[in-house]
Amino acid sequence: MAIKVLKPGLATTVQDLGRPGYYHIGIPLSGGMDRHALAAANLLVGNAEGAAVLEAVFMGPELEFTDDTMVAVTGAELPPRLDGAPRATWTAFAVKRGQKLAFDFLKKGARAYIAVAGGIDVPVVLGSRSTYALGALGGFKGRKLEPGDELPVGAAKNVVEEGRSIAAEWRGLPMAMPVALRVMPGLYWHRITEAAGQGFFADTWKVAPEADRIGYRFKGGKPLEFVPREPPFGAGSDPSNITDACYPYGSIQVPGGTEPIVLHRDAVSGGGYFMVGTVISADMDLIGQLQPNTTVNFVKVGMDEALAARHARAELLEKVRTSLK
Amino acid sequence: MQTRFSFGGDEHIFAEVDESMSLEAFFKSLFITNAVRDAGIKGVTEICPANASYQVKFDPDLIKPDDLLAELKRLDSAAEKSEPVIATRIIEIPVLYNDPWTHETLMRFRERHQDPAGTDLEYAARINNLDGIDAFIKAHSSAPWFVSMVGFVAGLPFLYQMVERKRQIQAPKYLRPRTDTPRLTVGHGGCFSCIYSVRGAGGYQMFGITPMPIYDPNQKISYLRDFMCLFRPGDIVKWKPIDRAAYDEAVADVDAGRFAPIIRDVSFSLTEFNRDIDGYNRSLEGVLHGH
Repeated sequence: MAIKVLKPGLATTVQDLGRPGYYHIGIPLSGGMDRHALAAANLLVGNAEGAAVLEAVFMGPELEFTDDTMVAVTGAELPPRLDGAPRATWTAFAVKRGQKLAFDFLKKGARAYIAVAGGIDVPVVLGSRSTYALGALGGFKGRKLEPGDELPVGAAKNVVEEGRSIAAEWRGLPMAMPVALRVMPGLYWHRITEAAGQGFFADTWKVAPEADRIGYRFKGGKPLEFVPREPPFGAGSDPSNITDACYPYGSIQVPGGTEPIVLHRDAVSGGGYFMVGTVISADMDLIGQLQPNTTVNFVKVGMDEALAARHARAELLEKVRTSLK
Repeated sequence: MQTRFSFGGDEHIFAEVDESMSLEAFFKSLFITNAVRDAGIKGVTEICPANASYQVKFDPDLIKPDDLLAELKRLDSAAEKSEPVIATRIIEIPVLYNDPWTHETLMRFRERHQDPAGTDLEYAARINNLDGIDAFIKAHSSAPWFVSMVGFVAGLPFLYQMVERKRQIQAPKYLRPRTDTPRLTVGHGGCFSCIYSVRGAGGYQMFGITPMPIYDPNQKISYLRDFMCLFRPGDIVKWKPIDRAAYDEAVADVDAGRFAPIIRDVSFSLTEFNRDIDGYNRSLEGVLHGH
């Protein structure tokens, strides 16, 4: 069984839960930006949670199926149409051989996950099927989809009922604007003044157009004022420079002190800009669902709150699992 | 050097060995990250040494953040006592300095540069008080360089020059980053040189290009079949200036699958290196050329 790509959408890639273990040589985790939605899409069609799916951003692809199968679309509200007839998101629906799946305009969120029973069966590279486009690695030929691509699909493991769905309260999508992104201050937080630190959390920021799988840029807040220093050898003369170091996933670098960038699943693994802190793991999925111009507040939390939020996020997926048993 | 620890969210511990770059700080970060790897700590998923810092990623469902922090602090103080000797490799990298491809690119982005009227090489030579491009190339290529970090993008080495600090080449990054850099460009920013493993954005000064791929996700290139990235932190690099004819020949050899890079195993002692830097570098070059 295969999927023919008639139209690729804007930047549709094959993703699973990622490729840990190679960050020390600059190969990032990759994988779905909204991992909860990715896992939920797989569970809906009877796949293992980490099977490979399609991640479509802002605009859906147009696909043709060479065999009967089961499909689910989760994440962003990107309404599917099967041979022109509407289908619900977050709901498994049957597809017949030769049918075409297309999408209406994006209504909400940013990234939709299209799971197919059996999973997208591209080769496993370094333990994962995820696409790392910057390194031309994994996924379908190391790149986003193009017209005419034919994606292999694996054999379905379980037969599931059409129509099963996931309740709205278990979808884990961002709430009303401004979206709260919880941050643990740290890393090079001491480089900015106390007033700048307060401003960072008090200001409302807006997602800039430069927002992709590598990172999300924000603008609209006050520039950060630095604590004066003598530049350390190797760091560079700009006050926002550091001796090139590793970048945590979710870390917030602020080049020149002006526009914060939160690194995401395809993060550059290191570089020479200071970081004010890190978005907690529980809120990383939310970033993947932010459109440009969405307003955001960074909310200061400590480790205990971060771990509680992580636990709550895991509980959400447990609810999804239970509801589909 | 007192290591400064910080949590990077709930999944990372970031450790700054020193604010400033030095071989001592790099060796400490390399030793600790090796020790963390050897310790096989449950829940640790990524161990990343960097120039003068390191980072450990972990799963807080498997290990409490404070427990891991305590373990890293213990390993950090143990690393102080270890002899700074590593078993590593020395690799010769041919470079066509002042090549047409980086030249075309640097001209395209001239308005983003400190010196729009010159080239990156001319600028770097001048601010390092070297008499012209040839003298600069000699200064850049005569001593070996340490791979003090691999990253930014897949397989990209950061390289630290193995000379006394006062002789180290330094150059600022572009005023605004370029949106394009040729693949395999030899670049320089701050005190670090690098080789761009893939084509893409970049802010380092551009000095030349190597014909020798260092990253191959398809693992077709003979010396990248075992693993797709050539470099590991701790490798030693020796640049070999080549001319256009030698560059073209090397590219043809790479394409034909017969390019064989010169890579030799070597033991490196930081103590002995510091005792006689030039003499030690000459002996490293001896290892490279088999005498």
